[in-house]
Amino acid sequence: MSTPFAVDLIDIWKRFPGVVANAGATLQVKQGSIHAVLGENGAGKSTLMNVLAGMYRPDSGEIRIGGSQFWFRSPSDALAAGIGMVHQEFKLVPSFTVAENVVLGSADRIIRRSSIESQVEALAKQFGLNIDPARPVWQLSMGERQRVEILKTLWRNAQILIMDEPTAVLTPGEAEELGSVLREMANTGRSVIFISHKLHEVKEFSDEATVLREGKTVAASLRVEDTDTSKLAGLMVGSSPVTTDRPPDREHGPSLLEVRGLEALDDRYLSAVRDFNLDVHSGEIVGIAGVSGNGQRELAQAIAGLRPVKSGTITINGDDLTHALPVERFRAGLGYVPEDRLGVGLAPRLSVIENAILRNYKQLRQGPLLVEEKMSTYCEDIVNKFGVRTGPLNEPIAGLSGGNLQRLLVGRELSGEPKVLVAAQPTRGLDVQGVKAIQDLLVAERAAGVAVLLISEDLDELLTLSDRLLVMHSGKIVGEFDPVNAERQDIGAAMAGGAQG
Amino acid sequence: MSEASMIGLLTAAVSFGALLYLAALGELISEKAGILNLGVEGMMAMGAVTGFMVALETENAWLALIVAMLVGALFALIHGLFTVVLGAEQVVSGLSLTILGLGLAAFVGKNAVGRPPGAVLAPVDWGGLSDIPWVGPILFSQSPIVYFAIFCGVVTSFVLTRTSTGLALRGAGESASTVDASGHSVVQLRLGAVAMGGALAGAAGAYLTLCLTPQWTEGVTAGRGWIAVALVIFGAWRPGRCAIGALLFGGLLALKTRLQTFGVDLSPILLSMIPYVLTIGVLIVISIRARNRPSSSPAALGQAYRREER
Repeated sequence: MSTPFAVDLIDIWKRFPGVVANAGATLQVKQGSIHAVLGENGAGKSTLMNVLAGMYRPDSGEIRIGGSQFWFRSPSDALAAGIGMVHQEFKLVPSFTVAENVVLGSADRIIRRSSIESQVEALAKQFGLNIDPARPVWQLSMGERQRVEILKTLWRNAQILIMDEPTAVLTPGEAEELGSVLREMANTGRSVIFISHKLHEVKEFSDEATVLREGKTVAASLRVEDTDTSKLAGLMVGSSPVTTDRPPDREHGPSLLEVRGLEALDDRYLSAVRDFNLDVHSGEIVGIAGVSGNGQRELAQAIAGLRPVKSGTITINGDDLTHALPVERFRAGLGYVPEDRLGVGLAPRLSVIENAILRNYKQLRQGPLLVEEKMSTYCEDIVNKFGVRTGPLNEPIAGLSGGNLQRLLVGRELSGEPKVLVAAQPTRGLDVQGVKAIQDLLVAERAAGVAVLLISEDLDELLTLSDRLLVMHSGKIVGEFDPVNAERQDIGAAMAGGAQG
Repeated sequence: MSEASMIGLLTAAVSFGALLYLAALGELISEKAGILNLGVEGMMAMGAVTGFMVALETENAWLALIVAMLVGALFALIHGLFTVVLGAEQVVSGLSLTILGLGLAAFVGKNAVGRPPGAVLAPVDWGGLSDIPWVGPILFSQSPIVYFAIFCGVVTSFVLTRTSTGLALRGAGESASTVDASGHSVVQLRLGAVAMGGALAGAAGAYLTLCLTPQWTEGVTAGRGWIAVALVIFGAWRPGRCAIGALLFGGLLALKTRLQTFGVDLSPILLSMIPYVLTIGVLIVISIRARNRPSSSPAALGQAYRREER
């Protein structure tokens, strides 16, 4: 034992109500290296990193930084020990400027705008980060916001940088840039911990990798050079990965969802979807790709009737429903799987039964009253048909896992026998089995002649499932691709807003 | 309208404006940190009664003012305890604070009703300055609290925009988790802001009973705390704009008592409604305008923050 590890986490346990997020996880990071922490969604990566960053207090376990033991009571303790974290959801104040966000937490008592701006600019230059310190953060792209986050840690002179899924919001080009910034940081003696479940990035960016599964470390500090990606994948999943095959080609029917010249505004009243034209035909899956925050969310909400349309028309199954209520759209044959499944899709404190009948409760009445037997029969049908694993049906759904929540939600939407299905990020955050189940359902709907609009950030999923792939950037379609023959880098360029496909 | 009565009206507008401004400034600080405190009316009443009673006992108006501010701050911290520490619903807690404050003030001040004040805050003597026509009587014949209000406005503006504490405080009202991750204590920042808001509301109350009225009766605050809450929205959470609004509404409060002397023949009951009707009107206009553009309100206003939530 010569030099101590920069980070040494020993037997970390962390429980949340109903979940054990970390069950004896360990991690050892060498100084001046880039260390990947790999694992599926729900493997406990983020929790472990939040423990290291002082956001969560572990139930038990030991944290050693540079050889000495620490007990973090708050993020400021961790910061003082030289640990900076870039969270998956950025911790930035949107109305503040870049410079204000960077110095927040460690500025002189009196702040002079021009002076902090020039200091921040100098720091950014030093690490090759291109950013205007005077711009308010809400105007920045996701990639730029991430640079602000990195600057924050550099400003604090953090020696250990934690990046939680840093490439999830980046275009392929931006991801490469990030890789070189991280390398630059490692070259200056800093240690970078890089959380990901994208294997090719791990292979490209990192020196060592630690794999977590179900809250435990299943492989520690593997040398990435000597490890092939399939071995890493195997360690992550535990069994061999399940993949969905590309569904066979199929004749399309008539156009069931028509969007013409759509313009919709985002929450800041800025145009989020512009000049948007779209046709989805019966028996077709149209995929929408794009870096998050380019209007996908607003597009789905506008079609579902949850966001007012400024101009343009939306026609579902032949009816003009541009300004119709969500329930009218449902009756016209629209099924909607929202991106925010626990906020918009399901009500966490209501029971399985209540959630299952939310859309269709009117059929289950006798006079003005709901009939309990009809309700539970209706719910049981969904639960059985879609393989939802639940406890008692009259218990709140909050305890269900992500995959089962999504099965329940998709099941509810499909039980209305929609003609058009809009699915926004339907597999995000699900485990491998869950992803497969949901993808199979989408394919089955396609085979039954439903027009499916699939909005996803997972390019592999889109390439596998879609008949046509549209790329969205700044609220517009900037390219259309044939998923079978398209080159990934062309799609990537379109996602970055560059080339027209 | 004679020149003298015009000057009188403007002088009163500044006096009443300062009252509203102090309370509104306090609310602004609290809201900038993300805590909506609808207890202004109650905190003001507590400041009014304790200020008046301390003045009765000690005949020291300055001591009375300080005690009123302390009581206001402590009273506000009840709201702080519920909303910041325990994460309770801010509207409910704030309304309770108003009801509690009005009731408690009436109870505490039962024996003080109708008594002459023990001490008042006499106008500041600016020497020759007060002889300047128009400006002299309007600006240089006022109670020290008026100047205190202006001072507080300038300091608040400076602290919010030009200091690291102000940056963190505004951050707590925009995105509490960000401020938390940056190493500040959201609880401390928010409690501090709430206490500050209470202190200023208490000062406004004491100003009422030590200078403007100056006596104690139940209901002496007369809904002015609510105008202060509306002023914050009217002023788009900016100390400078709130000052303009405070002068405007101060003018309306002053006008109310004077309209009859100007020969306007209207029921006094209708007259006293004017500022409140206008408050509602202003809020409606602002809300309608806000529908089509981003709001300037702090993004996390009204949201409790707990760290280990997932």
